[in-house]
Amino acid sequence: MSAVGATSTTGRTVVIGVGNPFRRDDGVGDVTVQRVRNLLPRGDRRVVVTSLDGEPTRLLDAWGGAGLAIVIDAMRSGAAPGSIERIEVDLDSPHPGVALPAAASAGSTHSAGVGEAIGLGRVLGRLPGRLVVYGLEGADFGEGPGLSPEASCGVEVLTARLCEELWC
Amino acid sequence: MTHRAPAGRTLRVEALARVEGEGAMHIETRDGEVVDVQLRIYEPPRFFEAFLRGRSFTEPPDLTARICGICPVAYQLSACRAIEDACGVTVDGPLEALRRLIYCGEWIESHTLHVYLLHAPDFLGARSAIELAERDRPAVERGLRLKKAGNELIELVGGRAIHPVNVKVGGFYRAPTRRELAALVDPMARARDDALETVRWVAGFEFPDYEHDYTFVALREPQHYPVLGGRVVSNRGLDIDEAAFLDHVVEEHVAHSTALHAHLGDDEDYLVGPLARYNLNSDRLAPLAVEAAREAGLDAVCRNPYRSIVVRAVEVLHACETALSLIADYEEPDRPSVDVEPAAGVGHGCTEAPRGLLYHRYEIDDAGTILDARIVPPTSQNQPTIEHDLWHVVEANLDLDDAALTALCEQTIRNYDPCISCSAHFLDLTRTDR
Repeated sequence: MSAVGATSTTGRTVVIGVGNPFRRDDGVGDVTVQRVRNLLPRGDRRVVVTSLDGEPTRLLDAWGGAGLAIVIDAMRSGAAPGSIERIEVDLDSPHPGVALPAAASAGSTHSAGVGEAIGLGRVLGRLPGRLVVYGLEGADFGEGPGLSPEASCGVEVLTARLCEELWC
Repeated sequence: MTHRAPAGRTLRVEALARVEGEGAMHIETRDGEVVDVQLRIYEPPRFFEAFLRGRSFTEPPDLTARICGICPVAYQLSACRAIEDACGVTVDGPLEALRRLIYCGEWIESHTLHVYLLHAPDFLGARSAIELAERDRPAVERGLRLKKAGNELIELVGGRAIHPVNVKVGGFYRAPTRRELAALVDPMARARDDALETVRWVAGFEFPDYEHDYTFVALREPQHYPVLGGRVVSNRGLDIDEAAFLDHVVEEHVAHSTALHAHLGDDEDYLVGPLARYNLNSDRLAPLAVEAAREAGLDAVCRNPYRSIVVRAVEVLHACETALSLIADYEEPDRPSVDVEPAAGVGHGCTEAPRGLLYHRYEIDDAGTILDARIVPPTSQNQPTIEHDLWHVVEANLDLDDAALTALCEQTIRNYDPCISCSAHFLDLTRTDR
């Protein structure tokens, strides 16, 4: 394997919601970052919040140079709907994307994008200093807007956990 | 799981579910002959057609942009043109130029993503874009740089790179200034260099020896390489107005897919997308793109679908050239949009999405409420042709083992860039006894 690129980071934190709000619970990432955005302390430029569709190069652009990136994604792992899994990705691993379990790799309706983005980011030197992936188990990935009751409850819990992680 | 069949084999490739598309492939052979080919691709437009009924005529650009994360501009502008057609409004001058400009950004972004991260690994024997980046980091860096130039163009004109918010019926919410657009000149000039290098890079790939006498269908504009409207034409004599699209294109349900399959007339398969555009409009390409196409070995007509990667690269170069020209000639409009008053009627709008012709039709009442919506995306038009190609590719390559044959089938599907999601990652091959 060729040498991987070096990653240069700053103290910025980026919170990225991944998903499609028109596929029901696949929108948990989008809804959660909207909640976090509303809770951002005024004038806090340390934390950047964004919603993406999971396309790998957009993730690379979003977390490039960040000291900490937190990715929120739907998962479909067989766990109880609404349950949350937190994964701190080992960026020193030769294959950091493989470290993602079903929570954000095979389970979500799109998150192969996250795994690929991590692999590409490692090779190209475009990883954040730290990468945390939160997976929220969905119940309904059908067509249309709006979350299932289970996912909605999960979003509330996850938002509180994110606030704790970001500001406590 | 793998089972060996004495006389028949089944290639069943289940797609990893992803958002903009979910695909699966099933191919069955018996006694050395292909007996069944099925391609299933999830089609979000079906849901959106129902979702749009009862909404205001101003909403489709923003709502249909959500159908596809990688080609929202195509959905926005087909929707705008159809609604403006219903209301008897024509958008021209600087506003039309801005529409062409933002569309250039989408072609650059979408095609570059497909060329570098999805399709090139097939030709270079890499299992993924990650492996390709490990082998040839400068090439992938070039692709990401080129794609970013497209993103920046969309962001400046569209307000943001993903699901742009500045496009509206009648034009834009805000028109950029000449000074703002001037900031794009240097990155776009760099992108043009990268695009030219991309054409040369993909021209050196080895292409499977396969050709088919397709029916190509694309828009034909009076002066431009096709993007916004014009006649709907084919290489077999079709030459119709956008409004007559559904008089000639018939969509049908097939048992194995939730997506509709489109035909010309009763049963003529056809092809939309870069190959069709190039074959019907190569005389409209920017001079630098014409020269690059010739250097890349493209004839005036290309019937090898694997060479679509070269045509995409040529179209990216054309889009960069066109964007630079549009920026140089840009005159700030008096107003960012023209007024569009609702009028009861039916409107039709076609544009050339990166993957091919995208048709919208809306029926609205005099209050502007949408009574009916119809969207025919490129993928549903290409699906019968993709299945046809798969049939012939499998028949000609039955001597390959399952892994190699599956890889060739996936590469064949990716010729059509059915969408970012469904083009990319099929999983789990099984071979079953018959």
